[in-house]
Amino acid sequence: MFAYVVRRLGSAIPTLFIVVTVAFFMMRVAPGGPFDREKQLPPEIEANILKVYNLDKPLHQQYFDYIGNIIQGDFGPSFKYLDFTVTDLILAGFPVSLRLGLAAILIAVVFGVTAGTIAALKQNSTFDYMVMGLAMTGIAIPNFVMAPLLALVFGVYLSWLPVAGWNDGALQNQILPVITLALPQIAYISRLTRGSMVETMHSNFIRTARAKGLAEKIVVVRHALKGGLLPVISYLGPATAAVITGSVVIEAIFDVPGIGRYFVTGALNRDYPVVMGVVIFYAVLIIGLNLVVDLIYGFLDPRVKVE
Amino acid sequence: MKDQLNGLEIAETVKGRSLWQDAMRRLMHNKAAVVSMVLLGIIVILAILAPYLSPWAYDEPDWGYDFPGAPNGELKHWFGTDGNGRDLMVRTLFGARISLMVGVLATTVSLLIGVTYGATAGFLGGRIDNVMMRIVDILYSLPFMFFVILLMVFFGRNIFLIFVALGAVEWLTMARIVRGQTLSVKKKEFIEAAHAIGVSNWKIIIRHIIPNVLGPVIVYMTLTIPQVILTESFLSFLGLGVQEPLTSWGVLISEGAKQMESAPWMLIFPAVFLALTLFCFNFIGDGLRDALDPKDR
Amino acid sequence: MLLDVQNLTTRFYTHDGEVCAVSDVNFSIEPGECLGIVGESGSGKTQVFMSIMGLLAKNGQAEGKAYFNGKQILGLNPAELNKLRGVEFSMIFQDPMTSLNPYLRISRQMTEVLMEHRGMGEEDATKASIDMLDLVGIPESRKRIGMYPHEFSGGMRQRVMIAMALLCQPKLLIADEPTTALDVTVQAQILELLARLGRELNMATVMITHDLGVIAGLSDRVVVMYGGRIVEQATVHQVFNDPQHPYTRGLLDSMPRLDDPGSDKLYTIAGQPPNLQNLPSGCSFAPRCEFVMEKCWTDRPELAEIGSGRMKACYLEKM
Repeated sequence: MFAYVVRRLGSAIPTLFIVVTVAFFMMRVAPGGPFDREKQLPPEIEANILKVYNLDKPLHQQYFDYIGNIIQGDFGPSFKYLDFTVTDLILAGFPVSLRLGLAAILIAVVFGVTAGTIAALKQNSTFDYMVMGLAMTGIAIPNFVMAPLLALVFGVYLSWLPVAGWNDGALQNQILPVITLALPQIAYISRLTRGSMVETMHSNFIRTARAKGLAEKIVVVRHALKGGLLPVISYLGPATAAVITGSVVIEAIFDVPGIGRYFVTGALNRDYPVVMGVVIFYAVLIIGLNLVVDLIYGFLDPRVKVE
Repeated sequence: MKDQLNGLEIAETVKGRSLWQDAMRRLMHNKAAVVSMVLLGIIVILAILAPYLSPWAYDEPDWGYDFPGAPNGELKHWFGTDGNGRDLMVRTLFGARISLMVGVLATTVSLLIGVTYGATAGFLGGRIDNVMMRIVDILYSLPFMFFVILLMVFFGRNIFLIFVALGAVEWLTMARIVRGQTLSVKKKEFIEAAHAIGVSNWKIIIRHIIPNVLGPVIVYMTLTIPQVILTESFLSFLGLGVQEPLTSWGVLISEGAKQMESAPWMLIFPAVFLALTLFCFNFIGDGLRDALDPKDR
Repeated sequence: MLLDVQNLTTRFYTHDGEVCAVSDVNFSIEPGECLGIVGESGSGKTQVFMSIMGLLAKNGQAEGKAYFNGKQILGLNPAELNKLRGVEFSMIFQDPMTSLNPYLRISRQMTEVLMEHRGMGEEDATKASIDMLDLVGIPESRKRIGMYPHEFSGGMRQRVMIAMALLCQPKLLIADEPTTALDVTVQAQILELLARLGRELNMATVMITHDLGVIAGLSDRVVVMYGGRIVEQATVHQVFNDPQHPYTRGLLDSMPRLDDPGSDKLYTIAGQPPNLQNLPSGCSFAPRCEFVMEKCWTDRPELAEIGSGRMKACYLEKM
């Protein structure tokens, strides 16, 4: 078990290394920069700026410096938010993004698994068709469409909830962002659960359980659910990535002060250190979560040897 | 198990229809898929005929009407006009052109990369396969969406870059599917027979393996197109996709969302078109999958 | 009579129409006897017992009567059936690899039967389960009961399946191709085990198989099925020495024989099994029968007694 974690971490490091390297060189190859101005700056001022932002050293030196700094958790200064480092921005935004993301995943799993399981057990029933129809809607309507639509209905027409803003994380300000983030994941998870449960319910060991004269409740809960829900566990990795990606646009739409909003403004302003810092931070997060998901999977499926 | 009667299996072995005919028949019985194909056909035709359907141009404002203006049949602004006074129906349909084109072209890119990569890995097998699939695994764990955004940020908003970037992101799953199919086909007797009589590797790939992996590939392609359209709209929504005066559904929705309180039509029309298109592709994809892989689901 | 099946007909409703898997089947089983059911894939032999066990796929429908100890059990609702399944009669399946739940320990899968049906506590149930594993010949049963199915070999898994089926000491054990997925040497061990257990526990056994060899040393009587119907019913001795139906004869001839050095060519029955969706009005074996007669094509021969307790469905007087 321990050895497995170490090995997985060992393979995560080169992955992260690739992420950092690609991001760094992409940034340096990119035409133009944050200090492109219409008018030419006096040479001494330009040299000064380059020096402050460490851009005057040879490229390989910049690269090693950058990696060294990242290892120490320092992503450098922001080009636009002049008094802040990228680390400051990430630390400020992360608790907010985390709260939204966790709530969305939790809601998605609870609703998705419940709806998917019932749909599978009542295959081809009205409930089944309803759930699958709604799930299709959840998948087909992207969250950046859903977000303004929900804001329009619940914020503007009904005035039940605030259209946007954070208000220090008041509950009514969280509801719309969380629901918008969760909806597509509810859709995916319910479809996934249904498919996998239908397959499990048709498997030979369920036939054996029935032949043993077990009550249907035991057949479903004890024999079918564990295997049937394994795909949901392995989907949690991609789901997290999707929620993180989604949070970028959701935070922008609902004006939530999370990492995503800094990322979008950073991207539009060509604030390279912010954009790269966020990408690297998210890469670490996603790779770490994938490791956790794999460990949980290995724990639940006795056939997977975690060694 | 062998003996457990799955009625379909029996009916099939007996009637001996060709797989594709059979799949076609099942697809045509799938109402959702058929309706989706018709709807999608209509959207495509509308997108092609866009310039001829309205007297207004997609990039010229109507100075004689409101900025933005509500839908108005008399002025032939059926979907209204946008914040710059341009006809929204024409813009929505021109957006359809871009979105559909990005969807198809980027999917083609992903298809080319994915099929080549997957078929090579599956066909060569062994250590090469291991290494190639390990690379795919590593790439899988990366937050690719962010790399596309990085690309867009660093290299500007070039529409061809969008095709390539999106195609390069979406090929991973395709490669996995094709590899799996190739591996299973490779073990079949007729491939061994072809080997035994000295047919060259490339001929085997082209004549035998590709036709056999076609089914899952088509299904996955149908499901990739909406994925790509969605991603492009996402980028455009963030302001990183196609640039003015060109437009796509993502751009229109983004503009609409900003003015949804005063001009909801700017949000609703493009949103409906985008959602409808994604619906159609997903239903067709699901229908194709059920038709090609008939399990009692 | 332990089990008396009367006019059993099982249909499946598919997208392509109705498939008749079992047509008008009648047979019975005496306490303690071993009955062999023989036929090819699709002959309906498994579906007969799936119908009785209430394990048909959702699109399947069984008609007729099945009396177990005098009680009609066909079409009982699942709750009532659950008082009998795994208790009075049990079933084991062809593929021991997939028939055990891969996510649960053997202990859980065995004790739950006793806890559910006998109301035992966990501890007693575990003790009884270990005893049962000993009985079916699992070495180190005390340690092994805590393992997962994938840690067992195919033959051992089938032994576990048998142990699980016997926990409540059923009066009837239905074994559906129990050895088909196993190695030849293991096959023999499992068959021997089943024979021994049948004797020791005075339990009736049904052996469903496509291989006449399997039932040769095991069964008392044999039912031969073709196209969803019984075509011949006789003692094992009669079937092997004097088969009366051309299909039974074909099955016998297609068995590889070690005792007959003259026949080094393997006989096969030409043609395909019948289309169950569209059964012919005549004998369903007619297209493959080497003795086919004019009336075989139009009038189906009924299963009829031909003396000394044996029955056949064929117009042929003597082969």
